[in-house]
Amino acid sequence: MQDESGSVLPSSQSLHRLAISESGFIFDPTSGHHFTVNETGLDILRHLQTAHSPAELVALLQREYSASEKEIERDVLEFAAMLRKFIGD
Amino acid sequence: MTGKKQWIKPTIVPLRSGLLNKFGSQEAPWIDAIDEVPIPQLLEQYGSPLFVVSERRLRRNIQRLKRAFSARYPSVIFGWSYKTNYLGAVCNTFHQEGSWAEVVSEFEYQKARSLGVPGHNILFNGPFKRPGILRLAVSEGAHIHVDHLDELYELEQIAQQLKTPIEVTLRLNFDTGYTETWSRFGFNVESGQALDAAWRIASSEHLNLTGLHSHIGTFVLEPRAYANQVRTMCEFMHEVESLTNCHITYLDIGGGFASMNSLQGIYLPAEQMVPSEEQYAEAVCDVLLELTHDRETRGFKRPTLILETGRALVDDAEHLISTVVANKRLPDGRRAVVVDAGVNILFTAFWYNHKVMPTRILPGKPEDTTIYGPLCMNIDVVRNSVMLPPLSIGDNLVYSPVGAYNHTQWMQFIEYRPNVVMIDENRNVSVIREAENLEVVTAQERLPAHLSAAYPQGAPEDILSERSSDSNN
Repeated sequence: MQDESGSVLPSSQSLHRLAISESGFIFDPTSGHHFTVNETGLDILRHLQTAHSPAELVALLQREYSASEKEIERDVLEFAAMLRKFIGD
Repeated sequence: MTGKKQWIKPTIVPLRSGLLNKFGSQEAPWIDAIDEVPIPQLLEQYGSPLFVVSERRLRRNIQRLKRAFSARYPSVIFGWSYKTNYLGAVCNTFHQEGSWAEVVSEFEYQKARSLGVPGHNILFNGPFKRPGILRLAVSEGAHIHVDHLDELYELEQIAQQLKTPIEVTLRLNFDTGYTETWSRFGFNVESGQALDAAWRIASSEHLNLTGLHSHIGTFVLEPRAYANQVRTMCEFMHEVESLTNCHITYLDIGGGFASMNSLQGIYLPAEQMVPSEEQYAEAVCDVLLELTHDRETRGFKRPTLILETGRALVDDAEHLISTVVANKRLPDGRRAVVVDAGVNILFTAFWYNHKVMPTRILPGKPEDTTIYGPLCMNIDVVRNSVMLPPLSIGDNLVYSPVGAYNHTQWMQFIEYRPNVVMIDENRNVSVIREAENLEVVTAQERLPAHLSAAYPQGAPEDILSERSSDSNN
């Protein structure tokens, strides 16, 4: 997986501007779009505030979830691609 | 216990105003057993994908339909439509329930005979009956439904050769006002073509007109179409009997009753669209009773009513179980899954939106999902859009109803066709069609001697080995 300098995760600027509710409602004030995420997605967004690389994010999630590193990495890759699509790089 | 949370695939769904589903969102139902046999047990024993036929449902369906018609009309016969599903076990289930065989080709005729159906219990339809099989069918007493004038002359010739008159049935076509006229089959009533054919039969020493047949369409959702069909057939029956002095013993109204499936482009659920067997029976029998009540006073019996119902009897008696092999995210953000069963075995996915159910309660929010089959072909879409929770590799999806037209129109294309099993009324499971393998698929091929080897001079070198030898130099 690529690190922060790569293109896997959205930029920290994009992530920091999001308004995230505890129920999983996301609002992007720049575009005006809003989204919903499930519980796993909410945890990923929460960790993205502190994680600086995909590998760090996967390690954080592995501590909380009973799933293999491979499975978490695969789903994080896909989720990150969706995030980039919806909120920009 | 690790105390860790269960991993559910993360999802992010954009919210759009003005695009709400007017039918609301529904909890995905699930199914973990078929006729009380657990699905994991079936898959473990017979592999995935897997077709599962319920004998109990087949018998229940024909018994219910029979009851609906026999309660309203004194003489009713069902002809099992082979082209809908000609697996031997399915055919014989219906035959054991008293159904005749309705066939449309040499293969189907031979199959019915091989299953033990006598010629006199076979209704032979179709625009092309090979000369050999037509002659055999005549000699075995099958009921020949004549499609065109050329067939009429052929039958006359066969009768001359066999030195015995043949009783024939005319296939009619006409406008019911509700369905598209299938004018390519049979003789047209409105243009006078059908009456001309009846006159031709009447003038023959070798042919007798004893039956009338018509089939008004497929997946007919309007029972009144059948009422109009019966009315036209009865009026024609009275006309030919009075003009040509023939005696019609049966009216065969074909098939076309809808099953509990959802046609693509129709948004209401099948439960709201599809008439019950009682509604079809009422539409047919009310008119038939009314228009045949005076026959006994004229010395004729009421004609026997024959139905060739296929889809409505078999569709909901079969499920297809598949396994998720991959998850994908499409460029437009939609979710897709790849499963191991495609349009090669689920041919009806081209025109139905089959019901899709997981085999367990799946956690997570349902999301618009496209289901792709395993074929390396763009057309292999099993469901274009269905709301499903996140799926993991190895999860199973069950499609229904799939009993009609899949085992007759499926194709050996790219993949082998899988096992088909039947669950009997005592919950015993039997394979009724074995999965294919290389031997089965290539059994009919022959290699000319000069093509017996792929590389007679030895196989070309691997492109990677060429590269590695370059780098070594």
